[in-house]
Amino acid sequence: MLPPVFGVLFDGLAYGMLLFVLSVGLTVTLGLMNFVNLAHCAFAMLGGYVTVTLMNRFGWPFLATLPVAFFAAALASVVLERTLYRRLYRASDLDQVLLTIGIAFISVAVAAYFFGTLQQPIQTPGFLRGSADFLGLALGKYRLFLVGVALVVTILLVAGLDYTRFGAQVRASVDNQRMARGLGIDVDRTFAVTFALGSGLAGLGGALAIDIVGLDPNFSFAFLVYVLIIVSVGGLGSIAGSFAAACLIGVSDIAGKYYFPELGAFLIYLVMVVVLMWRPAGLFGKR
Amino acid sequence: MSTSPLATNPQAYLQSASRWRPVEIVFWLATLLPFYLLPDYLSLASQIAITALFALSLDLILGYGGIVSLGHAAFFGIGAYSAAIFSKFVMGEPLVGLAAAAAVTGIAGFASSFIVARFRHFTLIMLTLGLGLLAQEAANRAHWLTGGSDGFQGADIWPVLGLFHFDLYGYTAYGYSLAALFVLFLAARRMISSPFGLALRGIRENWVRMPAIGAPSRAHIQKAYTIAAIMAGIAGALLTQTTQTAALESISFQRSADVVVMLVLGGAGRLYGGLVGAVIFMIARDQFSGIAPQYWYFWIGVLLVSVVTFLPNGILGGLSAIAARWRRK
Amino acid sequence: MTAIALATRRLNKSFGSLTVARDIDIDLPVGARYALIGPNGAGKTTLINLITGMLAPNDGQIFLGNEDITRLEPQDRVRRGLARTFQINTLFAGLNPLEAVTLAVAERRGITNQFWRNVADHKEAIEEAYEILAKLKLGDCCYQVTRELPYGRQRLLEIALALATKPKVLLLDEPAAGVPQEESGDIFEVVASLSDDLTLLFIEHDMHVVFRFASHIIVLVGGAVFTEGSPAEIAADPGVREVYLGTRKHG
Repeated sequence: MLPPVFGVLFDGLAYGMLLFVLSVGLTVTLGLMNFVNLAHCAFAMLGGYVTVTLMNRFGWPFLATLPVAFFAAALASVVLERTLYRRLYRASDLDQVLLTIGIAFISVAVAAYFFGTLQQPIQTPGFLRGSADFLGLALGKYRLFLVGVALVVTILLVAGLDYTRFGAQVRASVDNQRMARGLGIDVDRTFAVTFALGSGLAGLGGALAIDIVGLDPNFSFAFLVYVLIIVSVGGLGSIAGSFAAACLIGVSDIAGKYYFPELGAFLIYLVMVVVLMWRPAGLFGKR
Repeated sequence: MSTSPLATNPQAYLQSASRWRPVEIVFWLATLLPFYLLPDYLSLASQIAITALFALSLDLILGYGGIVSLGHAAFFGIGAYSAAIFSKFVMGEPLVGLAAAAAVTGIAGFASSFIVARFRHFTLIMLTLGLGLLAQEAANRAHWLTGGSDGFQGADIWPVLGLFHFDLYGYTAYGYSLAALFVLFLAARRMISSPFGLALRGIRENWVRMPAIGAPSRAHIQKAYTIAAIMAGIAGALLTQTTQTAALESISFQRSADVVVMLVLGGAGRLYGGLVGAVIFMIARDQFSGIAPQYWYFWIGVLLVSVVTFLPNGILGGLSAIAARWRRK
Repeated sequence: MTAIALATRRLNKSFGSLTVARDIDIDLPVGARYALIGPNGAGKTTLINLITGMLAPNDGQIFLGNEDITRLEPQDRVRRGLARTFQINTLFAGLNPLEAVTLAVAERRGITNQFWRNVADHKEAIEEAYEILAKLKLGDCCYQVTRELPYGRQRLLEIALALATKPKVLLLDEPAAGVPQEESGDIFEVVASLSDDLTLLFIEHDMHVVFRFASHIIVLVGGAVFTEGSPAEIAADPGVREVYLGTRKHG
């Protein structure tokens, strides 16, 4: 029989896995192009609403909506990248922050207009409801599913980065953009594709998040701070970094709520400030 | 000394660059108009003056020093709560209260300047965000001191100089805030046209070149950041004193984000940008206070996207570009 | 025994397995006119970054005169008389030349901690700044904002900023890089007119310039000193010619 603390740990890890799927796209695009995209979570929200619409309006099964959520978010990012983002690659940090925050604000209003401000419920499929017994702990099946999806995504990402030619181009561009261009790598196109992939993953994360945290127009901002913390603490451009940081934040958040509710998010902010002062590029970031 | 083929000699040129322009005098005279023309709006005018001061303080570090801070409201809030606590436990004299708030915020600003001066770009943005959120959480959790989400109870503000009671119409509030804004504006203007101001602009223009000309950039930034913090703290204290209370809103991320929007709207690095931005933003928000918050932020979003795409130097930048083109004709 | 203005001892720098500086020993006597040449990627700008403190070495020492400056911050080295220009213009785009050079002069004079007096009140600093600009033929455009200046003028402003710090040792990184033929003459005139007390090390690709101005040439290849000697010796060295693969104008 495992003590209840392991149950809390599992919940924290599951939450961390969700945060990882939400964050991984941002860390790669930030590491690649140093482009601060604060609208990242708006893509997640888009994915969430796609799933809600397909399920509640058109009766699609949950699992089938996931790839559509991914592609919808990826497509939206391509459109935005072509029209607005691409002019700002060499702009100042402030301009990038302002433009992308502006887009996030617009997304909140659009979502509120079409879907209202209340949380959107969905019916998770039967086989994902309830919990499985494991050494005396009741592990939520949906959470197990989350962990599974996140691990699959991680494996695919790592394999893609390490074994494909495109992955090599991404790694080269993250490492040294100037030299990558000099070697003939089309860094702008690499970025565009990576950006689409990352936003797509955010969309997937948004769809997956509905059952855990609920979906309303505020989603664009509710998780933005956590995602930014994960990306900066983990290290820009590092998948391993955001994986570790996401687990850390996920566990800290859930465990904090259980054991130290008076502290609130104070501990997480403090951890971020301390880590960034010690390692400005993040735990696994470029030195 | 070589002969100068220039129309103006260098010293005279630099002198004229910092001379008072007629439009500035018009601007400050116009700030007196609400007393006569809009007596119903004096409370709002007082809020605008306070927010303008806050935006001015951010301009010092963002517009002139190039430091993007998403947590500047931490100092506004610390000033607000310091003034409230001071008035409750020590004395309600407003000017002394301002000094007390300035002292506390100065210490906080100086302490955090060590962190801020060491980092750039994304790390710096995240650190300012993090420090701001920490301040917000701290104020929230310490409700035994701050009153938490209920707001501060028990602030007792005496009349200004023993003469001017804070009346319901806001005459004293606006007069007091406007006076503080003007005095601090003069100080900021002085600072910008000083050698230190030139160094700040150098930091904003090219961070890498500064050490190459022997400049101690970190020391400069720390000074500017501390001064900006003190100014923001005084603004926060003014809010407490004119409204007789302090609330979590004063230290919130919302306030930090709004002031960045205002400054960018007006045009950063132009001294008046924050003032103009504050006026427009606050009046618009007052006019549209009926609509739901997410639709208000829709227009803010559209505004931000438009400003970044079409008007990168804000309204004042756009105006000066038009003026330059008109002059060339 | 001529005094040594700048020296490095066994300077080493690597990024992981990539070594960009290998046991570099250099001695610059006072008043020297030394050229630093080598193929692209040889580590010439890296060496300047190491000497000025923009990059920290893994090993080795740097001496300015008799003082060990290896641990000093970049701005402190500048205050002790070590200045450099950048290969890619690193200027204050939004300031005009007068403001920029006045800033450099003000920093040197230590008046930038003053935030109460107007810049315009500091007559001597402004006059000094203007003198430098006039000497570099930038006097007539000194009120024009830097980003609107033609490229050749910007390269001159690079040098003006460095001279404003009253250096004893000046490191020039390809001063005439990218400047059209008609304007590059101005830059070399400036270099030629520099005082004899000033010690000069310049990176250059154009061999005509090198042979015209340098009294001594250091050849850097793969992060290490390949050879050094007088221009005649270097010109005759077959190894050097091989390293350059016969190119004379651009490395």
